[in-house]
Amino acid sequence: MSIAMPKPDAGTLAKRDAIIAALRRIVPGEGVIADPDGLRPWESDGLTAYRQVPMVVVLPETVEQVRDVLRWCASEKVKVVPRGSGTSLSGGALPLADAVLLGMGKFKRILEIDYDDRFAVVQPGVTNLAITQAVEARGFYYAPDPSSQIACSIGGNVAENSGGVHCLKYGLTTNNVLGVELVLMNGDVVRLGGPHLDPEGLDLLGVVVGSEGLLGVVTEVTVRILPKPETARAVLLGFADAESAGACVAQVIAEGIIPAGMEMMDRPAIHAAEAFVNVGYPLDVGALLIVEVDGPAAECDHLIEEIARIAGENGALTLRVSTSEAERVAFWAGRKAAFPAVGRISPDYYCMDGTIPRRRLPEVLNRMEQLSQHYGLGVANVFHAGDGNLHPLILYDANVPGELSRAEEFGNDILRLCVEVGGVLTGEHGVGIEKRDLMPEMFDEADLKQQQRVKCAFDPDLLLNPGKVFPTLHRCAELGRLHVHHGAVPHPELPRF
Amino acid sequence: MLLPRDAQDLSEIVAGAAANGEKLELAGGGTRGGVGAPRECEVVSLRQLAGVVDYDPAELVLTVRPGTRLDEIEALVAAEGQFLAFEPWGEPGATIGGSIAAGIAGSRRVTAGSARDHLLGFAAVSGRGEAFVAGAKVVKNVTGYDLPKLMAGSWGRIGAMTELTLKVLPQPRRTVTLAARGLPLGAAYAMMASALGSNAEVSAAAALPTGEVLLRVAGFGPSVEARCAALPLILSGHCQLERMTEDEAAPLWRMARCGEGLRGEVRWDVHLQPRHAVTLIERLHETGVDWSVDWGGGRVWIGTEARDARVRDAAAKLGGEARLWSAPAAMRATVPAMHPRRPGIGLLEQRVRRAFDPVGVFVTGRFMEDADADQLSA
Repeated sequence: MSIAMPKPDAGTLAKRDAIIAALRRIVPGEGVIADPDGLRPWESDGLTAYRQVPMVVVLPETVEQVRDVLRWCASEKVKVVPRGSGTSLSGGALPLADAVLLGMGKFKRILEIDYDDRFAVVQPGVTNLAITQAVEARGFYYAPDPSSQIACSIGGNVAENSGGVHCLKYGLTTNNVLGVELVLMNGDVVRLGGPHLDPEGLDLLGVVVGSEGLLGVVTEVTVRILPKPETARAVLLGFADAESAGACVAQVIAEGIIPAGMEMMDRPAIHAAEAFVNVGYPLDVGALLIVEVDGPAAECDHLIEEIARIAGENGALTLRVSTSEAERVAFWAGRKAAFPAVGRISPDYYCMDGTIPRRRLPEVLNRMEQLSQHYGLGVANVFHAGDGNLHPLILYDANVPGELSRAEEFGNDILRLCVEVGGVLTGEHGVGIEKRDLMPEMFDEADLKQQQRVKCAFDPDLLLNPGKVFPTLHRCAELGRLHVHHGAVPHPELPRF
Repeated sequence: MLLPRDAQDLSEIVAGAAANGEKLELAGGGTRGGVGAPRECEVVSLRQLAGVVDYDPAELVLTVRPGTRLDEIEALVAAEGQFLAFEPWGEPGATIGGSIAAGIAGSRRVTAGSARDHLLGFAAVSGRGEAFVAGAKVVKNVTGYDLPKLMAGSWGRIGAMTELTLKVLPQPRRTVTLAARGLPLGAAYAMMASALGSNAEVSAAAALPTGEVLLRVAGFGPSVEARCAALPLILSGHCQLERMTEDEAAPLWRMARCGEGLRGEVRWDVHLQPRHAVTLIERLHETGVDWSVDWGGGRVWIGTEARDARVRDAAAKLGGEARLWSAPAAMRATVPAMHPRRPGIGLLEQRVRRAFDPVGVFVTGRFMEDADADQLSA
């Protein structure tokens, strides 16, 4: 528990009753939760090591209610934490003791589907998978597929710019969202983007996606839907070590193949997954690759042949090609169950999410092994091999004093390593609170201040989801200050925020 | 014209101009200077900031300086069997920095995304004269705000890029254009919608006033052949399809992607929901406009002699937007290049721009934004 949240504001806590009463005027009935038992389930998101009971929870049902809640909170300088389904792995929806938790779970309607122009308009509480389910009868789907897709909401996906195993070929959320309706902290309701491509002006939609709930509250999302590929096939490849598996991945891509998914697991992850789901993973290999191709049957057949050849050239020890849909699903079952499988071999685990240039993989895995010995904690690796996104799972036991903080230190060292080799702190889970204090590893002060100035343009009083993403809170007035050159500020008549 | 040699030069130029209340126009190759109002201000050309910083084909990542010529980059990545999947286009001399800053994308945009989807990271100098970076040099990253999205298509209004990292992808091994001929526009739209909505993975779809509908099928040889065989069955209700030679198809695709060859001194770039392309063209038809349709209907280039904003008005009535791409100077002096923003967005956009450029050093009048600035201060 090494990450500190901003100190609660005593003035806000003192007027809690008045805040609750005001929220009840805006959202009548059961839409406001204020009793201790009712608040308890909201105390954390998917990063369960961090918990904080919120001051109050409000569950609006209409855009007007969202607008009025934000407008009232802005006028009273009350902080707001937005929340979708609460599956964030980085603490993006962690409540604050002095903030209103704004849950968007009641926005569950699909508003419009246009198959000819290939988009759907949905409310933010609709789950990721429900979008695909709504359009699949007509042969369409929504491409980004984070592993929490049964539960996670599209509004949360927009906030986090969620990925999934298919994003090398089909992109992240940002590449599949066409527009949003957004309520700003001051209550302004704006529509960014929509059914047409590349709208005029600065790409504000682009910066809202992945902004982790710091810029506005999304009340409607327009997503691109894609025709479902005719077929999909997978191949399971075993290698002696991660180095040869990595060389295989590099050659697949260098030969012009972008698989729909390309996942790597190391020995501890293979063993944990196989013990859990029993799908026939080879246990005598150092690294396992699952490569999936999709498209017309003729393409899949051709690419599977090519991938088998490339795997052979890189010393693959085992090779199995799926011959049925059931077998393809079985190949994935172990990978998709990797997290719970690791949960069976260790009381707790801590999932990391750095991205590295793939060519640095052997070096990163070696140093991770050294770190594992240094900290005395095991680690299992699953890895979106195509795009270099690592998910090391650090094994620890929260009941052993000091292990959680050792696991966090180990994780921080892994992320520092990712940045050191030219990668990033987070590939798809978001910064949230988890990686907040590591941001200076990747960005210097000028970079972070520039990002925070964008925040100020949307939310000048820093009321929306404070304490997330940025390690240092700068007041907007301070960020807007100009260095004075040659003794004079030019154009004193121009507005400056 | 100022020609900074490095980021340090550029910082000093911008900081100096900001302090003295001067305006700076950022330029790459200068090939798109005709977009926007005639203006007189100092031009900072980034063409000396050129060259490749890092390119590892297997990582799908290319880092270059902004003044590198687009055709040089295309040749560099083509030698490795790769391409820029958003298909940027430009006159000879166009640079990568300028093409990204202008958000240029070609016919494949409808399936592959735009410039904004392929800019992974950048280093830049803000309107404060400060160097900063955003994004990263790997294909998958969500660390911090996605400022590369803001930079792509910003037309030099938030900062001057000094380095860009782009996602590159394998170039299709085979590309075939299938064409239908003699279709009325409504049928052409329906055919494009069916094709793009089918699992035959059509990567681009265009329609031309001569009655052609073009469908592009690209990928590995066996896959392309299978899909070319399947498409006539999928589209059997529409028309016969024939394979076009590359020589015949290339000029037609150019007309679709940038309106090349359209009649008229004035050219508009209209973006709208694809199904409304038909209505737009019908409504403008009596005014004698020329047109081409790309992105399955999502982009319409209009060529006209009319020096007024009726194309913009027609686009707006259909929920679309029209950018004035080229026109005689007198028209550009009175009709803004960019489509007016929707209510609420203009002010937000102004605030975001001020976050990068507090004194407006990049507000040159090119996009007639002074009126917006007054609105903000009011």
